[in-house]
Amino acid sequence: MTITALLFASYAEAFGCDRLELEVPDGSTVGDFLQRLRGMDRDGRLPPAPLIAVNERYARQDRVLRAGDEVAVIPAVAGG
Amino acid sequence: MRVAIVRSPLDPSALLAEVAASANGASVLFVGTVRDTNEGRAVEGIEYTAYESMAARELEAIVSEAASRFETDDIVAEHRVGALAIGDASVVIAVAHPHRAQAYDASRYVIEELKRRVPIWKREAYVDGTREWVDPTATRTEVAS
Repeated sequence: MTITALLFASYAEAFGCDRLELEVPDGSTVGDFLQRLRGMDRDGRLPPAPLIAVNERYARQDRVLRAGDEVAVIPAVAGG
Repeated sequence: MRVAIVRSPLDPSALLAEVAASANGASVLFVGTVRDTNEGRAVEGIEYTAYESMAARELEAIVSEAASRFETDDIVAEHRVGALAIGDASVVIAVAHPHRAQAYDASRYVIEELKRRVPIWKREAYVDGTREWVDPTATRTEVAS
């Protein structure tokens, strides 16, 4: 199934884009998805457990993904 | 209650007027502004970016929590994104309540939760020409003062 990854701020710079489409096996979790993404992270910019949001809500690593989910990989927030 | 992520300059007095009501005896206005120094480095400006749809949703959730916890619906919060200069307001929170204690507490709750949860990032541009994403969780080497 296809999952869309959204990348922001320092992560977007590290990956050179703010959006990626990734194919992952059905039943994959957020953690599995992160493993895939980590394979593309040549500079090792992703921390061990980055904040993740699925469809605009914060999600845990064991969350099971569905086709079409939008997974945002969120650097440390710094609003205010 | 109202929240917004906006690109244009913020107008604190407009937000203060928005929460006014005859039952309210206290209004608290918080204005966060871009300052000229961070961690000892001279700052020229800050570029804010956001995951805008989620930022609005999360900020709305925070304002709703504050409304039920401190018993007032008279809360508005706006955060600006884009390129901001020194002194520009980046965030404005206006709260009104019949009593001051709850007004202060609700205001504090919204800004602290915003800084913890709302997906907004800032890249500081320094006077020396360099730029850096700000990471509040990074280990800081404090210079003794």
